[in-house]
Amino acid sequence: MKRTLHSLRTPAALLAAGVLLAACASSGGGGDVSKRKVPDVPMAKSIGPGEGSLNIIVWAGYAEKAWVRPFEQQTGCTVNVKVGNTSDQMVSLMKSGQYDGVSASGDATLRLIYGGDVAPVNTKLIPNYATISSFLKNGDWNSVNGQMYGIPHGWGANLLMWDPRTVKGSLDSWSAVFDKAGTYDGKVTAYDSPIYIADAALYLMKTQPNLGIKDPYSLTSKQLDAAVALLKAQNKHVGEYWADYTKEVQAFESGTSVVGTTWQVIANTINSGAKTKVKTVLPKEGATGWSDTWMISAQAKHPNCMYKWMNYIVSPKANAQVAEYFGEAPAQTKACDQTSDPKFCDTYHALDAQYAAQIHYWTTPQQQCVDGSGNNCTNYSDWVTKWQEVKG
Amino acid sequence: MTVPAPAGLEPSRRGAISAFFAPKRRTRLTLLLGPPMVWLVVVYLGAIAALLVSAFWSVDSFTENIVHQFSTANLHTVVTEPIYRTVAVRTIAVAVAVTAIDAVIAFPMAFYMSVVASPRMRRLLVVAVLTPLWASYLVKAYAWRTLFAPNGPLSWTTGGHTPGYGLTATVVTLAYMWLPYMVIPVYAGFERLPRSLFEASADLGGTPWRTVRSVVVPLVFPAIAAGSIFTFSLTLGDYIAVGIVGGKTQLIANVISDQVTLNQPLAAAVSLVPLTAIVLYLAAMRRTGALENV
Repeated sequence: MKRTLHSLRTPAALLAAGVLLAACASSGGGGDVSKRKVPDVPMAKSIGPGEGSLNIIVWAGYAEKAWVRPFEQQTGCTVNVKVGNTSDQMVSLMKSGQYDGVSASGDATLRLIYGGDVAPVNTKLIPNYATISSFLKNGDWNSVNGQMYGIPHGWGANLLMWDPRTVKGSLDSWSAVFDKAGTYDGKVTAYDSPIYIADAALYLMKTQPNLGIKDPYSLTSKQLDAAVALLKAQNKHVGEYWADYTKEVQAFESGTSVVGTTWQVIANTINSGAKTKVKTVLPKEGATGWSDTWMISAQAKHPNCMYKWMNYIVSPKANAQVAEYFGEAPAQTKACDQTSDPKFCDTYHALDAQYAAQIHYWTTPQQQCVDGSGNNCTNYSDWVTKWQEVKG
Repeated sequence: MTVPAPAGLEPSRRGAISAFFAPKRRTRLTLLLGPPMVWLVVVYLGAIAALLVSAFWSVDSFTENIVHQFSTANLHTVVTEPIYRTVAVRTIAVAVAVTAIDAVIAFPMAFYMSVVASPRMRRLLVVAVLTPLWASYLVKAYAWRTLFAPNGPLSWTTGGHTPGYGLTATVVTLAYMWLPYMVIPVYAGFERLPRSLFEASADLGGTPWRTVRSVVVPLVFPAIAAGSIFTFSLTLGDYIAVGIVGGKTQLIANVISDQVTLNQPLAAAVSLVPLTAIVLYLAAMRRTGALENV
């Protein structure tokens, strides 16, 4: 065994040679975000018979048995579900080319479109598209030059959740997890993704107007630093971050976390159990949120099943089921007639375009400010680096 | 006169095969070593080489597609950004702590198993040490999560004086996870130790403590070093246990796994840090003679 290290020399030399070769063989790339072109990916002209199976990446709660079963029976497409925890993970999974489609949020959609990972969607092949809320069509997050790249699914806000066993009174401000986080020292939680920086930016936008933040996704480096400072202060009181939604469910049930950002589906899951009951609120500062779109992979192996799924999931009945299960506004206007709670759509302001406009939907920060205010904004890779810095 | 044919064709055919290969030493050697070498070079080293190469690429900051253009920017980032240094130092400290704890627990345990215990007891203890390896990693990690929970068993037995989720919980959990990998080599080290040395030391007037210090420890040290290679390298690569019991703590492997979905080349560059640490550690351990003990 004494030769182990000596014998490592040859492979090491081979490695070095490999590195050099790769250096020589590399070719140009990269480019300016503002002058980007969408890769030419062909669009389906018609839907054929189903291929018998379908592989999709979804947010937790988007593909439950109750509505997946009927789809499988109707179409013969067996659905294989992969739950994505963050938009970053979803983008990465889509790039693997092994999935037919994804329920992408606004911070993933453009990356997928410009990356050539998804194909434009022929909305003529989706009968249920016609009755989808018009304010979700041809949005700048799901279409390019008037061409839709997906089918809107639903939207909602990230909420503030707390456990009334520990947190007394009723919360109405994000200050509970920022300026006043010390009250719940060690039991604060936050979403473990760089996009969470926008939550801090939104809070600063409302509480420190002199920073001049107009949009939580369009931050100059000074504004980003202010948000990062706020998050670093928050970090001192954070017990755990969550990316996997089951982790937050478990953390609240065990009392590890008592206050933090959440999705309604997580609160619903906790409240359906016996361990504790939690409360949620949309704080007065407003909230970040999501507007999700079903997209079809450019390399889909089961495109017909994916088209059938995109039509099915926005059908009034299925869209109502998902929306109620997840706790979000359905994209399908006719879904409002199908919800088990007749007031569901009112509660979630599903048909209220003005309300919908107030949510700051996840989008990918770019150097070319996404709110159109200039080209001195920080981009997503800056956010990624800063987010790691926050976690220390 | 005719010789009767040998019963069955087998021996003669085998003879033919031997006869064919006998003068062809190289062919024989190639057939023997070829498949494992292909596996080692192509699958194992090939994968590491691909990783190293990709560390010199970059990603398109918007679409995250990999740009195949040579640049040392990633390495520069890893070396200059303070966050990577902080995390690397923390990770190595955790690995050292886990290794030290395991060595301190494994030494008396292996000593008892090998020298003191009856053969029956010895078998039982070996089984007891190895049994946890049969349980799933995740089950063990979540068991520790339950133990460290704010209202968990550790909290009510100590009256609320638990470290909770964090660095301490991570070190404890990892020390538990990798303990068998330390106990077994140290136990094997004790087994090789001639018992007559204890008597010789005693005959020369050595107290038990003196015997342990001057005879046992130096002779068993290579075995401890061998065990430490496992505990050290396994800790450097772990990101699951820290995710479960580490609270908000991040180790170098967490940084890699977070980056790999966003910026694979940077993740590859960061992964050079634990790789370098392991190579240096192996080089240091080689001097102790630990590699003969693995």
